[in-house]
Amino acid sequence: MDAKVQEIIEKYNKDKSRLMDILIDIQSEIGYISKESVIQIAEQIDISRVDVEQTMSFYHFFTHTSPGKYSIFLNNSVVADMMGREGVRDTFEKEAGCKFGEVTEDGLIGLFDTACIGMNDQEPAAIINNIVFTKLTPFRVREIIRDIKAGKSVSDLFMESYYGGGMNSSDKLRAMVTNNIRKVGPILSRNYVSGTVIKEKLPQMSAEDVINEVKDSGIRGRGGAGFPTGLKWEFCRKAKGDKHYILCNADEGEPGTFKDRVILTEFPELLFEGIAVAAYAIGATEGLLYLRYEYKYMEDYLEDVLHKARANNLLGKNIGGITGFDFDIRIQFGAGAYVCGEESALIESAEGKRGEPRDRPPFPVEKGYLDQPTVINNVETLITTVKILNFGSEWYKSFGTKDSTGTKVLSISGDCKFPGIYEVEWGFSIRDMLDMVGASEVQAVQVGGPSGSLISPKDFDRVLCYSDLSTGGSMIIISDYRDILKDIVLNFMEFFIDESCGSCSTCREIPVIMTEKLKNIINGKGITKDIDDLLEWGELLKVSRCGLGHTAGNPILSSIKNFRHIYDEKVIRDLDYISEFDLKKATKESCDYVGRIPNI
Amino acid sequence: MINTDNMDDIIKFKIDGKICTARRGQYIVEAAADNGIFIPTLCNIPGLKPKGACRICTIMVDGRPTTACTKPVFDGIEIENDTEEIHNIRKSIVELLFAQGNHFCPSCEKSGNCMLQALAYRYQMMVPRFPYAFPVKEVDASHPKIIKDQNRCILCKRCIRAIKDENGKSVFAFKKRGKDLSVVVDPELGSKLTDELAAKAMEICPVGSIILKEKGFDVPIGKRTYDNIPIGSEIENLNK
Repeated sequence: MDAKVQEIIEKYNKDKSRLMDILIDIQSEIGYISKESVIQIAEQIDISRVDVEQTMSFYHFFTHTSPGKYSIFLNNSVVADMMGREGVRDTFEKEAGCKFGEVTEDGLIGLFDTACIGMNDQEPAAIINNIVFTKLTPFRVREIIRDIKAGKSVSDLFMESYYGGGMNSSDKLRAMVTNNIRKVGPILSRNYVSGTVIKEKLPQMSAEDVINEVKDSGIRGRGGAGFPTGLKWEFCRKAKGDKHYILCNADEGEPGTFKDRVILTEFPELLFEGIAVAAYAIGATEGLLYLRYEYKYMEDYLEDVLHKARANNLLGKNIGGITGFDFDIRIQFGAGAYVCGEESALIESAEGKRGEPRDRPPFPVEKGYLDQPTVINNVETLITTVKILNFGSEWYKSFGTKDSTGTKVLSISGDCKFPGIYEVEWGFSIRDMLDMVGASEVQAVQVGGPSGSLISPKDFDRVLCYSDLSTGGSMIIISDYRDILKDIVLNFMEFFIDESCGSCSTCREIPVIMTEKLKNIINGKGITKDIDDLLEWGELLKVSRCGLGHTAGNPILSSIKNFRHIYDEKVIRDLDYISEFDLKKATKESCDYVGRIPNI
Repeated sequence: MINTDNMDDIIKFKIDGKICTARRGQYIVEAAADNGIFIPTLCNIPGLKPKGACRICTIMVDGRPTTACTKPVFDGIEIENDTEEIHNIRKSIVELLFAQGNHFCPSCEKSGNCMLQALAYRYQMMVPRFPYAFPVKEVDASHPKIIKDQNRCILCKRCIRAIKDENGKSVFAFKKRGKDLSVVVDPELGSKLTDELAAKAMEICPVGSIILKEKGFDVPIGKRTYDNIPIGSEIENLNK
């Protein structure tokens, strides 16, 4: 029995609903989770080994063997590719002396691909032992590997001048990440002293007053789904349960979105206040910040902010002097799974299980975390509610449009001069957006990440709002010279294949089959019928359980819809059938052996 | 039909325009069966919490697809079940499962008792519209009582949900995710599996992925469950 593993298991009171925390701690403190550790966990928390394995094997960042003393996870998103990932990747392999997916023989360096790490505005980027390295170039990679081989610690791999601006340079964070806040609106503006709502507004408001003010503001969930926030709070408050929970979804995994990273860095006090306000409204005593593992570098910093909030009576007992308002927040890390951004999968994950979405009904507001009434809100939604309560719903409604009130924080990246985050009012057009960020010769814009839609210039006068282009805020700009199918669509499809939980037959299998067809078309072996098949087969995804499944075919479906001519140009027309069988290739081995030239 | 003393708990709803009755809170798939309407299932086990994994019981409510095994009926709900669109969805799913596994019915121990095979007949599958993937999968014969043949597994989760040891621990569980997903057997509990539980595991598997070791055939092919009566007919014959 391993003493360190035992200590970690006991730290979480052998509670199986804390399996994620146990696995995360073992992975980060020991470096990997051995088969022996799995057996020990299973015995101690009293579940079978396969049950430990089924959670563990679901997440990208858990490994049975050491991923290297220095484990390097290089982002493989579309924008990383655009910004020169290939050269960085090749240099890593050459300098380290191993391929991606491998660890060097001496166990020093491991190289791995990973899905979007929320750094699209400063790609190519990688995570090395939980620390983020941005704006990588082949030269920087050579420096990094040289320093690793010289035995330097990870934090010594970059110098102080590399620290990003704002709180990134603070003692607790010390990150080279830059914020790139390029347009500030009412929500990102520093027009508010944190704690004001808790100390001055809440004492005069009942929970119903809070809910009504939020309802009246018209704000809808900013994660992308757009459910009215006040209504969600009201449903949850009215639902019966032993306890109510508020979970903040900080698992921004949609490739191309990074706004929550900036909010967590610059406005954590506002976020925690927002979580507390929601707790007040729904009657929760416990809240979780479900934070993606890619943002592990923020852990000490955020814990410090929580600590200060407790010291200032903004968390804890009788918060803000309101008798009986007891509430606290703990940080729950994920471990690398896009689907956990789906709210019911997030709950499953927070309970120590595989991140498989649940069937609805029941909805989380009735039966969520630990089967209790639960609200799950996006980071941006929660900070916005604080501003709404401070300045009033009328103030908030003065921004945006009639049916899409307020503002939206956009994460803009790709082929533009100024990638970063921009807070704009709803009703903003794509054309204005492109002019704002310095983009020209634009072929397409991916609105809402891979699960959203790829739009062409004919749609650039459309506007961002819930009744037209609804979005969680990921905007990827694609220049004229990019190969849409190969550079964009294929990457997105591979992302969905990697990230499907596999629970539904449709989402598990259809994207794989569609991607094979797409590859045929890209390689000039497609026929017109293939395009029709893709459209028909993609339809089948709508019967999947969750949003990931519903949208897993969107990269292909929306590119056929808006860029049909590209497909038409690539396929062989006037052909009903194309054999994928290559006789020459199939007989090559035997021909080589007998020295015969095939008679084809 | 329904027998209950408390008529308040009886609700009315419609499937394809036909007026049906059900107990409040019954899952649609069961309520439909009580009314002589067959909705196909693969992953569902009556009495256990549904999972909605195979999606073959997809129906339309208000024009939106939903699974009949996970959704309870409520008063006045109008369900579309027997439409061309839904027929096509179900047939596609059967074809999908055939194309993405290695299912060779003539050599399978479960032939005639296999729900996937039976549904393929019901939906008159000839050749799947999807290309065969011919995946390379393993046969795990390391356990004393059972063989887990991954070639035939449709990842429906039935064994995971239904087979627990005497302490309630899982004998079967998922491993990995997405296209790499598989159902594996716990090495420790698998070695202690009782004859009774092993037989139950084989029975609960809707296909031939869990096979008993050292056991011949009790019933010859041609005289098995779905050889005698096509799948769904027992329900559809209720009202005739």
